[in-house]
Amino acid sequence: MKDAFGLPQSLLVLGGTSEIALATVRRLVARRTRTVWLAGRPSPALDAAAGQLRGLGAEVRTVAFDALDPEGHEAALGKVFAEGDIDLVLLAFGILGDQAHDEREPLNAVRVAQTNYTGAVSAGLVAARSLQAQGHGSLVVLSSVAGERARRANFIYGSSKAGLDTFAQGLGDALHGTGVHVMVVRPGFVRSRMTEGMAEAPLATTPEAVATAIELGLRRRSETVWVPGALRVVMSAVRHLPRAVFRRLPV
Amino acid sequence: MSADTVPDADWGTVTGWGRTAPTAALLVRPRTYEEAAVAVRDCGARGGIARGLGRAYGDAAQNAGGAVLDMTALDRVHAVDVAGGTVLCDAGVSLHRLMEVLLPLGWFVPVTPGTRYVTVGGAIGADIHGKNHHVSGSFTRHVVSLELLTADGRVRTVAPGTPLFDATAGGMGLTGVILTATLRLQPVETALMSVDTERAGDLDDLMARLTATDHRYRYSVAWIDLLARGRATGRAVLTRGDHAPLDALPARSRARHAPLAFRTSRLPATPDFLPGGLLSRTTVGLFNEVWYRKAPRESRGRLQRIATFFHPLDGVPHWNRVYGRGGFVQYQFVVGHGREEALRRIVRRISARRCPSFLAVLKRFGAADPGWLSFPVPGWTLALDIPAGLPGLGAFLDELDEEVADAGGRVYLAKDSRLRPELLAAMYPRLDDFRTLRAELDPRGVFVSDLARRLAL
Repeated sequence: MKDAFGLPQSLLVLGGTSEIALATVRRLVARRTRTVWLAGRPSPALDAAAGQLRGLGAEVRTVAFDALDPEGHEAALGKVFAEGDIDLVLLAFGILGDQAHDEREPLNAVRVAQTNYTGAVSAGLVAARSLQAQGHGSLVVLSSVAGERARRANFIYGSSKAGLDTFAQGLGDALHGTGVHVMVVRPGFVRSRMTEGMAEAPLATTPEAVATAIELGLRRRSETVWVPGALRVVMSAVRHLPRAVFRRLPV
Repeated sequence: MSADTVPDADWGTVTGWGRTAPTAALLVRPRTYEEAAVAVRDCGARGGIARGLGRAYGDAAQNAGGAVLDMTALDRVHAVDVAGGTVLCDAGVSLHRLMEVLLPLGWFVPVTPGTRYVTVGGAIGADIHGKNHHVSGSFTRHVVSLELLTADGRVRTVAPGTPLFDATAGGMGLTGVILTATLRLQPVETALMSVDTERAGDLDDLMARLTATDHRYRYSVAWIDLLARGRATGRAVLTRGDHAPLDALPARSRARHAPLAFRTSRLPATPDFLPGGLLSRTTVGLFNEVWYRKAPRESRGRLQRIATFFHPLDGVPHWNRVYGRGGFVQYQFVVGHGREEALRRIVRRISARRCPSFLAVLKRFGAADPGWLSFPVPGWTLALDIPAGLPGLGAFLDELDEEVADAGGRVYLAKDSRLRPELLAAMYPRLDDFRTLRAELDPRGVFVSDLARRLAL
């Protein structure tokens, strides 16, 4: 069960090798979390992540999960929920793709969309049903500021996050009053493996900062969390810029 | 009424009085014992838990995804033995209702907490205490017998001195649903209290006064200003007294005319939505300063109504909303006699941390009662409310828990919403007995609550 500060005792991470997710799990294990499920494609990286968390004192198990295989989501998540309550599901999988390359190879672009959006729709709905049945729990969805406004540099990724974001907001409204809390997290540019070698955007942040913001959001039962918080104001302005102006901005 | 009448039921979200950690449950409202039995029989895989008036601060009367049995429709007072001083009533009867019925007959509830709006079932489940603990012990000491609906659908009569009684007293509703109870009452001549008030300049002064003179009073409590620092750390107002005898009332007064009339007053309810942060260090500091200064340096034998003396907050319905949407946690712990140093350390830490708490109460407990998970043990207990949104509060209270556990003390489960489960066994040495009895009595785990899940009770 979550405590009065929204801190979970058991976690399920969808996308168990995500750096942001693991930073969040480390933070929560230092508080109340004792049981962690890492869901992802079986890989040495997944096992290494599990081993590292065990070293912090958590009871960690892995489960095979592939965002691109929605047919398998019920079975994978069903296995986890059959073992006991899950207080928090962290939906953290996603790929950035290579915009220039993907524009030329539409099937690659589709893969980005299927991972980030279709896979999340399936996994999110399956997780939501299980959480609703247990009458409590949080679903934390890692969205992105990229979904707020299409940018020339990453609109394929951005559009998939826009879809995910809208889906998660609607799911949060659908679950209002069921004891289940949905929180959409919109980080800006996060310094991580995903963005390695890329030019840093203004207000860049770290996985640890996102983890801190998630813990605060859980305590406040927030519905939307921007990381860093200043992005809420910045993006509000950006959203209202005329297209002709936005197109010319060096972003 | 046939045994299969289905009780009212509706899904809804539930929180404790602190309004943190909401969860959804099927709210079932049995109107008869048979309906309660049906509700327990049909409560499904995620079990059920009885709920009274929802004054437990944390998650003791919540059951995510399962059933919550609202017992307040079972609220009959069956019989009062006016000569012998006992009452037989349903578990859903509130202490407020009991006072309305009993005071005109010259009897008072044996133990009352800081609110009248708790049910008899809840009072037994939490084994509540009052300002008279050092004299009268906790609530279940005054229970002559009770009827318990257990997981197998049977109704058992449970008497003190049996393991089932000791597991149920303070057992947080996890042994079954209490249906009725017979209570031994306290005789009174009037519905007024004779109250002595004095100020203590600091914590040591306060503890010395309580230690030296507590035995002279039936009721005793101290309000502490936890925002006071330096030499004033732990300054307090002591309020102590007893039921006023008839000859203490002024002649020809209205009170003399109807000495046993139970009078209360209620202000309009607190609005449903208030912004968080109303209770900041500044506002609470100001309140505490005024509260301390306005208390008389010393006053003797002042007459007060029962409601004013015992239940000042009951005059403000839904006062818990003052803490805003984020809610609040109440932290109450006890450390034994001889562990005063731990108490001093904790009070100093809370003062240094500047927690905005305007309800901080210190009292001395007397002898413990046998409930396995019953909270009171002889020693010092401090209770305080803190807004849940205070940054770093969780980690800070974890540190206080360590101090409490190291001193052999414990925190109160009826108020808990955040204890680290690993500390529970150290705080409650009879926890294993409790778990064993529950496993035998309720092998399918029919009775369960969010508290039970969180702390693995």
